[in-house]
Amino acid sequence: METNLKAQSGIEKHLGLSGEHYSIEKDSDDLWDDSRVIVNIGPTHPAMHGALRMIAQLNGETIEKSYVEFGFTHRAKEKLGENRTYHQFIVYTDRLNYCSALLNNVTYAMSVERLMGIQVPDRCTWLRMAVCEISRVMDHLVCLGINAVDIGAFSFFLYGFHEREEAYTLVEKLCGARLTTSYTRIGGLMHDAPAGWEDQVKAWVKKTRKTLDEMDKLLTGNKIWVQRTVGISVFSKEDCLRYSYSGPVARASGIDIDLRRDQPMMFYDKVEFDVPIAQNGDVFDRYLVRMEEIRQSLNIIQQCMERIKPGPIWADDKRTRIPEKDLVHNTMEGLIYHFKFFMTGFDVPEGEAYTQMEAANGELAFYIVSKGGPKAHRMRIRGPSVYHFQGLCEMVQGEKIADMVAALGSINVIAGELDR
Amino acid sequence: MNIHQPVSTIYGKMFDTYSAIWLKQVAELQARFGGAVEEVRMPKEYPTDVPILFIRAESIVAVMDFMRTANGFEYGFLADITATDEELEPRFEIVYQLLSHSNMSRIRLKVRVRDGEEVPTITSLWVAANWPEREIYDMYGVRFSGHPNMRRILMDDRFVGHPLRKDYPLRGYQIFPDTPLPNPNLLERSVK
Repeated sequence: METNLKAQSGIEKHLGLSGEHYSIEKDSDDLWDDSRVIVNIGPTHPAMHGALRMIAQLNGETIEKSYVEFGFTHRAKEKLGENRTYHQFIVYTDRLNYCSALLNNVTYAMSVERLMGIQVPDRCTWLRMAVCEISRVMDHLVCLGINAVDIGAFSFFLYGFHEREEAYTLVEKLCGARLTTSYTRIGGLMHDAPAGWEDQVKAWVKKTRKTLDEMDKLLTGNKIWVQRTVGISVFSKEDCLRYSYSGPVARASGIDIDLRRDQPMMFYDKVEFDVPIAQNGDVFDRYLVRMEEIRQSLNIIQQCMERIKPGPIWADDKRTRIPEKDLVHNTMEGLIYHFKFFMTGFDVPEGEAYTQMEAANGELAFYIVSKGGPKAHRMRIRGPSVYHFQGLCEMVQGEKIADMVAALGSINVIAGELDR
Repeated sequence: MNIHQPVSTIYGKMFDTYSAIWLKQVAELQARFGGAVEEVRMPKEYPTDVPILFIRAESIVAVMDFMRTANGFEYGFLADITATDEELEPRFEIVYQLLSHSNMSRIRLKVRVRDGEEVPTITSLWVAANWPEREIYDMYGVRFSGHPNMRRILMDDRFVGHPLRKDYPLRGYQIFPDTPLPNPNLLERSVK
């Protein structure tokens, strides 16, 4: 006990709080005597998604004031981006939003390719688009499932998770890993898709559509679900703009922006899909938008799989081409080139670019400043979670503490992307 | 080959679509704010994807406010704020990425700042700027004047130094085994 007190006073001294103590004043708003308490939730708490911490002042069950802390899983990715070669940084991008690692891989590869002026072949682009949409489906299924578990609907989560595992099996067939994929390379992909992969994806799309209809029936009209989500943690269109919200959360508030449609990259202008919009900006609308986005993503995957043609997956550019293993093991030049590539890396010409992509949760972007050489001068990762988490305190002000959990699940904050 | 080579699958048409808009906007800003716009770097002339406008630190709030609401600009979406350590004099550049939802054009503003100087905060225009500005203070040590809550965000409050400065060592570990206790005084500063 004594040591505990000592530790406490040490921290207070460090924070410059010595002698200054916080006291909650009583007033007529108190629901009962001493109804106001300060509650610490996290950093490790099953209701917080990842190592996040919220400190809230409650009056009864209502949150009056709150603040959040994070950074517990900070791994200095931006510093590493300045100290690793462009090729070595690919593996770090998996660990940003680990629910949709492929989206991060693709966005990163494209942001470096843009600086180098590399055009990848059509098959590579179609494959990248397909894996982007598969990971968007996986991300949404996790987000919806966990959100439902937090609110108390467990079987909904199992339906979604089964399809998500199937999707991971498809990803595993591409690159051997399920979660941390590192599938893209600058100017190409790790492997081509195995024979018959397209048909397996088509079968999965068909099955997932069916499962989605079942999930829809299970939850959308459910009385408890509706009462727990409608009108909870409302964020208006103006609030979303003030807080730089993007992606499905912004679309649930009526901001009709989808970077895939409005600023198309890859072949998104060649496929047909709709952008779902809702108006109320509450947890229920975010759920609806995500459900519909999964359907649209499945449509895109279907179109990708129909239009993909056999062909090369590597760009015809000697700077970034990883030598084939056959050459490495059997020729001197191949071996030298292999070591040169992996140890010193390739030079990226001088320039800077902010390359954005509509990730599962919003605008994901890499702002890379290159001063020439094999390492970046600045590697900035703009993740949507940072901006979404920032609005949480205002979103839950005046709501019940149990609704904070619903709100946090609905904006889908991923600690890996938040802390970087 | 570099960024001047347009890649059709990675925003290859961006320059053709927006160059006329950008030229008009830059001319209008220069006419309106004069010396506040120190330097303009356009794509094609300089290896960048969108125009970069260097703004004087004292005018950044006025310029941003104008660009946020004025007709023909409407850069209502603050995409990102970050900084770079240029290892020159002035040492740091604060980088603002803006997006216009009306025509989906993007633009980049930069503010040059010396080590120890302050930049006015833009939290009065976008609340979203709060955390990125704290992160810049945390990572580079650039303070923002008028910011409601200027303290570290990703690193621990006890951390010494600013890790994204180029002179901070890559393995400059500082280990804090315990988590700080909740500090209720911060409740007052959190919202708005």
